[in-house]
Amino acid sequence: MSNVLVVANIADNEVKKAVLSTAAFAKTVSGYTGGSYDILAIGDDLSGVKDTLASLGAGKVMLAQGAELGTALAERLSPIIAQVATQGGYKVVVSAATSIAKDVFPRFAARIGAGMASEVVAVSNEGGKLTYVRPMYAGNVNGAVQIDSAVEVVTIRPTEFDAIEPGAAASAVEEVALPAAEAVCGKVEFLGFEKSVSNRPDLAEAAVVVSGGRGLKSKENFNIIEALADALSAAVGASRAAVDSGFIHNDFQVGQTGKIVAPDLYIAVGISGALQHVAGMKSAKTVVAINKDEEAPIFQIADYGMVGDLFKIIPELTEAVKKIKG
Amino acid sequence: MKILVPMKRVADPDNANKVKISPDGTKVTSEGLESKPNPFDEYAVETALRILEDGVGSGNLRGEVVVVTVGGDDTVRQVRQCLAMGADRGIIVQGDDDQLDSTIVANVLAKLVEKEQPNLVICGKQAVDGDSNQVGQALAEILGWPQATFAGQVEVPADLSSATVTREVDGGAAKVKVQLPAVISVDLRIVSPVGVNNNVAAGKEYQDGPRYASLKGIMKAKKKPVDTMTIADLGVDQTLKVRTVNFTAPPQRSAGVIVETVEELVAKLRDEAKVL
Ligand SMILES: Cc1cc2nc3c(=O)[nH]c(=O)nc-3n(C[C@H](O)[C@H](O)[C@H](O)COP(=O)(O)OP(=O)(O)OC[C@H]3O[C@@H](n4cnc5c(N)ncnc54)[C@H](O)[C@@H]3O)c2cc1C
Repeated sequence: MSNVLVVANIADNEVKKAVLSTAAFAKTVSGYTGGSYDILAIGDDLSGVKDTLASLGAGKVMLAQGAELGTALAERLSPIIAQVATQGGYKVVVSAATSIAKDVFPRFAARIGAGMASEVVAVSNEGGKLTYVRPMYAGNVNGAVQIDSAVEVVTIRPTEFDAIEPGAAASAVEEVALPAAEAVCGKVEFLGFEKSVSNRPDLAEAAVVVSGGRGLKSKENFNIIEALADALSAAVGASRAAVDSGFIHNDFQVGQTGKIVAPDLYIAVGISGALQHVAGMKSAKTVVAINKDEEAPIFQIADYGMVGDLFKIIPELTEAVKKIKG
Repeated sequence: MKILVPMKRVADPDNANKVKISPDGTKVTSEGLESKPNPFDEYAVETALRILEDGVGSGNLRGEVVVVTVGGDDTVRQVRQCLAMGADRGIIVQGDDDQLDSTIVANVLAKLVEKEQPNLVICGKQAVDGDSNQVGQALAEILGWPQATFAGQVEVPADLSSATVTREVDGGAAKVKVQLPAVISVDLRIVSPVGVNNNVAAGKEYQDGPRYASLKGIMKAKKKPVDTMTIADLGVDQTLKVRTVNFTAPPQRSAGVIVETVEELVAKLRDEAKVL
């Protein structure tokens, strides 16, 4: 029997690594609970992704689609997820902790009277009870939590779970009959989406990230971060101070309250290493710090540090990288 | 117009790496650390004040801001801090932090909403100790209200009849208009100079960040009413749905080597770390 439900919000016909990691989590959990897992995909148009979703080892894939679902309003999605979760009798409902899930899942959990664990990084089976580990205090404490409600609602940090390997497109695929929109949907109007344009890799999933901080001093100077990122085919990130100063869009903030990243290589440039920033990047495999202040806390967690003026070092590093890669 | 702002007391967030786990792993203690209002909740208070002010920083509110907290008696200090910023009154619902979860807190707030009948609830997007990011959304569901989470900007018309919210989300910014009553949860950028536009306080811009309490504000706050009640008074079920069974310290990164030149750095990244 399927007892784990993966909820995947799909945009732009793309199944992100976050969904593959969530499926891997579901596979582990369904192993503990002696069952299998299903996938509920939600989006405006899922025709282009259903085969990919059917290849992730799920018992079945349920498609909730419709033009109005593209806006991902919590008031609309929460009852849809609740309907599927309740009818299917799932024990665990999980999604990657995307901004959509962070918005929708607590509302959905409240709707079905379930307890919820946010941003889980590990799961185990303790005497028949699922136990979820989640970072607290900006990642300075790990709390192991158990949920005492019929359904357990979970979001996970996809950076902490390997992606599942897609196989043959073997899962049954069915459409979800959408419940009618509730009255509360009439009280919220979607006015538009302003995309933060970037043709670089997705920050949350990139193998290499170059982040700039207040040390860059201006929006124009931030170009040197972008040039290094391009030489490395890397994503660009930033500290809160860089975002607050208007150097870059807030979508690129790394940290406790921004994006959580875990690339193979993270290069922090002109970033002091405040604990709120470190919370978002400390799972990186290799960390490089470039800062003129040798006392900067970022050096305490960096594998390789270089003390000096970033305006001199970064262009040099960019050239050196180009030589290797070119 | 009445705005309810939930506030949680937390240990000094800039020293979150100094909290200690008890030897048996059952408790996190923050002895020696200052207690503060959760920064996002402080931003929520600032947002409420900016929405209601009749001029930038005037302190004259076109309505009432009520700060509510669920916590120990001594949270009165953090409540008064919010009152000193300019909120009108406080409510403390007594509860032990270890015996609360998001469900209980959201249900307590729902009961207070029933009593107080606010037009808006503005909360921080997450408490920086538990880092759960759940209460506002759960509250909106319980009340059947619309929600606008992770607000980086809020605009209200002069008659305060609705709120247009720019939400900070993956891949960009989503703009929604909610009818009131509604729940708004605020993100960092809400306290930027252009975070709130109430279409009244035109012309001048706000300073960056939440306001500091003035001496006058602190004096006034001492006389502002703070009610106290218990969770049981509100008839809320106190059974935990989410229990923390133990706390552990996550693995720590340690300092590596300092390199002197770019060539050395590149060589290490290529030959040692194998990431180039
Ligand atoms: C509620 C809350 C949530 C937060 N969440 C986050 C978060 O998610 N992410 C985040 O990043 N922050 C977050 N912060 C902010 C955090 O506390 C720090 O203020 C922020 O990370 C500092 O950014 P920074 O390192 O760029 O700036 P600073 O701390 O000012 O550091 C700038 C660094 O640049 C160096 N520098 C300057 N010039 C040069 C040069 N020419 N060459 C080399 N080095 C130079 C300096 O030595 C310094 O170390 C949060 C804060 C709060 C209160």
